[in-house]
Amino acid sequence: MALLNIFKNNSSKHNVLATGHVISESSRCVQCGICSYNCPIGIDVRAHVWRDEAVKHSECLTCGECVARCPRGVLRFAQTDLFVRSKE
Amino acid sequence: MRYVIIGAGVAGISAVEAIRSVDSDGEIIMVSDDPYGYYSRPGLAYYLTGELEDKALFPRTKEHYQKLNFNFLKARVTRILRSDHAVLVDGKSKLVYNKLLIAVGARAMPLGVAGANLEGVVKLDHLADAKHILKLAKRGKTLLARGMKVNYLLRGDRYWSNVLDKHESHVVEERLTEEGVVLHHKAELKEVIGKKGHVVGAMLVDGRTLKCDMLAYAVGISPCMELMEETNLAKDRGLLVNEHLQTTDLDIYAAGDVAQVYDPLSGKSALDSLWSPAHEQGRVAGWNMAGRKAAYLKSAPFNVTRLAGLTTTIIGTVGRGKDEDLIGIARGDSETWRELPEAIIAQSGFDVNHMRLMVGEKTLVGAILMGDQTLSWPLQKMIAGKADISSIREQIMATDAPLADLVAQFWMTWRTEEAL
Repeated sequence: MALLNIFKNNSSKHNVLATGHVISESSRCVQCGICSYNCPIGIDVRAHVWRDEAVKHSECLTCGECVARCPRGVLRFAQTDLFVRSKE
Repeated sequence: MRYVIIGAGVAGISAVEAIRSVDSDGEIIMVSDDPYGYYSRPGLAYYLTGELEDKALFPRTKEHYQKLNFNFLKARVTRILRSDHAVLVDGKSKLVYNKLLIAVGARAMPLGVAGANLEGVVKLDHLADAKHILKLAKRGKTLLARGMKVNYLLRGDRYWSNVLDKHESHVVEERLTEEGVVLHHKAELKEVIGKKGHVVGAMLVDGRTLKCDMLAYAVGISPCMELMEETNLAKDRGLLVNEHLQTTDLDIYAAGDVAQVYDPLSGKSALDSLWSPAHEQGRVAGWNMAGRKAAYLKSAPFNVTRLAGLTTTIIGTVGRGKDEDLIGIARGDSETWRELPEAIIAQSGFDVNHMRLMVGEKTLVGAILMGDQTLSWPLQKMIAGKADISSIREQIMATDAPLADLVAQFWMTWRTEEAL
């Protein structure tokens, strides 16, 4: 069961829509641009990943297009924690 | 201070950024004859499948470049004049440097058979190659989806035999077959047959002939070493550099696919042809060039790739020996993947959802994940961070161990302890 729970904090889109954002693991990224290309509102997700920053963009819908389409598993959802400043 | 960077790939660009982060005034000149400048070369695969448009491959806008304040010279460096501290551009003008970075990359090994120059014989090095392939294939989602019949020639008896194990090779080959690709094992190309300058067939060493309209080759890559020929810089297969990315001339640095980088941990110098090491090496070279001392420490090599549509992560050391299909090392490859590990192999999963762990004495030294990628990120962290897995080692080694659960459970505890 552990596997199912492994990312329980960030796997639910429901939660994410309210309180989450997209985070990245930049060492996996090859800057192919599929994320930016598929963002419905044109956020340059790839540039965030290059700078090793979370996609904290006021217009981000957390629709998950970039997360789902990234061929290398660079992107994930994480819940925003207002009180902890971390790279995640 | 003038910095000259040869090459417009990821190593070159990250070096420019690193130099600028330390030195805001120095003059930076990048010289490259690539007509497209900096773009994502790994992304070319997705451009070919139609998941991307060519313009999406370019990660930088004009504004980005303007902010970095460097000059781009679309030209070819033809010689390095060490005694003059200069490079010769297009065979005529001298460009003086204080610090030089060689980031010229690697290129496809030539096919080396008669007929290799015929129209329709293609490789995939650059965006220009990808455009050429699409032009020949008249643009389609994949070549196969375009209704093309694909024959795949393999020199060995199975796919990627020095990284994948037999089962994994079988999984990939079965999927290729299902997609209609015809595999030919132990097949060696003897000659490309042409008619009116265009490829019409492939003749094999065993005497068979396969008809074809296009022949694509991928037999490995090798560092572009022509510039180094008259320089007396120490070289092996690539240009040798220390952990600060310096060549034997301390004002000349190298990074990316051309660099054979000394690893103080293993005492060896290795080639990589991966995006992430090139990015990191460019950064470390840039810092050192601008006066900030930094060392490049090789981390566990890592790549995510699609094999016959199956997402596959390769981390650390997983294979051994030599792949008969490759002369150099494959693109997106790392030599560390083939070092013989003092490790025992534990496996789990089924065809499209497969995990293989290479278990060392106290740590995991490598992993392959095919299909489900949930554990890819945790395994990358655990292997790179040399997590002590003694507490679960015995359980992992047990017959029919629930590997995924064990790794996931371990990860959750370990990541909390390591505060990742």
